[in-house]
Amino acid sequence: MSALDLEIALALAGILFVIGLAGMIARRNLVFMLLCAEIMLNAAGFAFIVAGARWGRPEGQAMFIFLLATAAAEVAVGLALILALSASPSLRLKDLDADEMRSGGA
Amino acid sequence: MNAMLAVAALVAVASTLAVVAQRRAVHALLYLIVSFFALAVAMLALGAAFAAALEVVVYAGAILVLFVFVVMMIGSKSSATGAKGWIGPSILALALLGELGYALLLDPSGLGGAAGTGQSATSPKDVGLALLGTYAIGAEIAAFLLLSGLVGAFRIARRSGPRPDPSADGGEA
Repeated sequence: MSALDLEIALALAGILFVIGLAGMIARRNLVFMLLCAEIMLNAAGFAFIVAGARWGRPEGQAMFIFLLATAAAEVAVGLALILALSASPSLRLKDLDADEMRSGGA
Repeated sequence: MNAMLAVAALVAVASTLAVVAQRRAVHALLYLIVSFFALAVAMLALGAAFAAALEVVVYAGAILVLFVFVVMMIGSKSSATGAKGWIGPSILALALLGELGYALLLDPSGLGGAAGTGQSATSPKDVGLALLGTYAIGAEIAAFLLLSGLVGAFRIARRSGPRPDPSADGGEA
């Protein structure tokens, strides 16, 4: 792996993480916020893979598999929460808006 | 410089930007699938073939299908997608397909990142040995995490449904 490849790959991981972070801050829809969390987790996993490929070690991919398990558990619980919120009759969330949830729940 | 990596990085950045900018959740999911495919191609170009396969199978194949199910179940106006919503993701995915065809047919050394970079690809065998040998305790903890996620998702989703009569089934809950 050349130095340019390393720079491109690490810059890609950083850019993807920043895009996910900006989306998490800017979007107020719960589904979009969970999607942005996925983007950030994926970018971090890609950084692990880049590091593993740089030194030719398998640990980067092993850490990626751990991140995969974390993401799967997070998505399962998060989507169950979103379903429960959208089905809740007392908490009338219009379009799953996180700000509405804060003001409506109080 | 690895051209496959650069093109896949461009596609990944463009599609991820489109994910955040979409108004409808289904369109964002389409772009996110393309983004994960692009990242898988980038991993392949770096020599991490096993992680690339896992990215496609688990991320794009399982996690995003969960998202699609939930968006369809919530079912507001955001789940309707017309023919126009497919154009952008299709163009980006076609770019990835062209890259894959180029790598397979014209430049076999580009796949796997082994030749031309002076470094051998990490084989799935090495990954498995590291995962279940050196980091076996981490794999156990990941299994615990998945189990707790399963139980938690079951419990939360069950509460949202119609509550079963506790006197009917002997108070099993």
